[in-house]
Amino acid sequence: MSSIEERVKKIVVEQLGVKEEEVTAEASFVDDLGADSLDTVELVMALEEEFECEIPDEEAEKITTVQQAMDYINTHLES
Amino acid sequence: MNGRRVVVTGLGIVSPVGNRVDTAWQAICNGESGIGPIERFDTEGFPVRFGGEIRGFDVEAYLPRKDARKMDPFIHYGIAAAMDAKADAGLEITAENAERVGVSVGSGIGGIHSIEEGHKSYLQSGPRKISPFFIPSAIINMVSGNLSILLGAKGPNLATVTACTSATHNLGLSARLIAYGDADVMFAGGAEFGTTPTGLGGFAAARALSTRNDDPAAASRPWDQDRDGFVLGDGAGVLILEELEHARRRGATIYAELAGFGMSGDANHMTLPADDGEGARRCMDAALNDAAMNPDEIDYINAHGTSTKAGDRAEVQAVVGSFGERAHQLPMSSTKSMTGHLLGAAGGIEALFTVLALRDGVVPPTINLDAPDDDLQMEFVAKTAQERPIRAALSNSFGFGGTNGTVIFRAVEG
Repeated sequence: MSSIEERVKKIVVEQLGVKEEEVTAEASFVDDLGADSLDTVELVMALEEEFECEIPDEEAEKITTVQQAMDYINTHLES
Repeated sequence: MNGRRVVVTGLGIVSPVGNRVDTAWQAICNGESGIGPIERFDTEGFPVRFGGEIRGFDVEAYLPRKDARKMDPFIHYGIAAAMDAKADAGLEITAENAERVGVSVGSGIGGIHSIEEGHKSYLQSGPRKISPFFIPSAIINMVSGNLSILLGAKGPNLATVTACTSATHNLGLSARLIAYGDADVMFAGGAEFGTTPTGLGGFAAARALSTRNDDPAAASRPWDQDRDGFVLGDGAGVLILEELEHARRRGATIYAELAGFGMSGDANHMTLPADDGEGARRCMDAALNDAAMNPDEIDYINAHGTSTKAGDRAEVQAVVGSFGERAHQLPMSSTKSMTGHLLGAAGGIEALFTVLALRDGVVPPTINLDAPDDDLQMEFVAKTAQERPIRAALSNSFGFGGTNGTVIFRAVEG
């Protein structure tokens, strides 16, 4: 089983059409990876599907970087 | 046409007979059918199991995968045809001319595939699982919208929707915009991806489609006694229309002049043509009048000719009404015998074939025409293309709702 980091990065690569090496932990979806507001909505939906969870809109709005996505998943999968 | 003269300077196509202008035109001249069993979904249980699907098309030659994912296939086809037309025209869009370049590429149905998929997500997983790209991937004007973004074309941005007349109306109305002065260049035509489960099922339920499942390539047979409905086809046809002097100044290759455009409404029935093709006749008369041409000056008609009982008959009656005695000497063929019916894209690819017929002096054939109805005796160019000089040619489109469009192309001197 892949790590959470690998799975998140894979989704970001797939959804945003970027290269794997661009998807660093600090990378911002909008500023660094070329996402627009609709892309980020769809990205969150893909994360929800991959990790079988539901991310409320007010939480989703705070997820703007790869690290924040991994943190959210880590926190909420453990609880 | 009143106002400035409008010419064709670029062509692009995605079709069941090929995705390049040269290969598609060669297939048409050779009388090759593009119709076969539908392979994109399981047609088990459908009364019709064949159509004109697009083969060998790679959207990533035109768009990054990330962007292509957000668009219905009809948008892919429209973008591809328009990009190829731009390359063919050698047109560059710059900061200086951007506001004078517009787009008007319509569709009859639009993103029915995306609508099916979006609805499926909703039914399976609820409203939170509807994609944020559901709406922009499906709505009809998004060929024009996406093209303006990709091209930087800042002129008029439209998409006329008139069922199977969509592309012809987009062409004619775009020519009007140029003639009037709203734009110098227009990307115009139509795009369609209707061979989906509900698209195919819907037309089949309306009893509009041929059910010749045992011989798909012979199913589209306009005017033939054994015709039993049309064949659904996919694709796009986009033409670059350009003001004549603008085209001359930049040394563009000019295919033909869009000399006349006519429109009419049947005011008769949702899906059936008016008696005796009365609406179609008025449409052709309007186009001839707009071009200030006599029936004697037209040397070829690319017919709507969908292979339905009523439609094929009405169009012949309309041509006899418009052209009188000349109707019976005038070559009139249906390239839908090979491509199937591309609905809102039909007028786009057919305008393109009409322009090439004029350029090459070749009348494309009507394949599968073994024996027309006894009272439908015209020069249908059955089975084999004919070489003959063409000074001007006319292309018809008629749509559900009784909406008609005719464009006339004429050779340009010098």
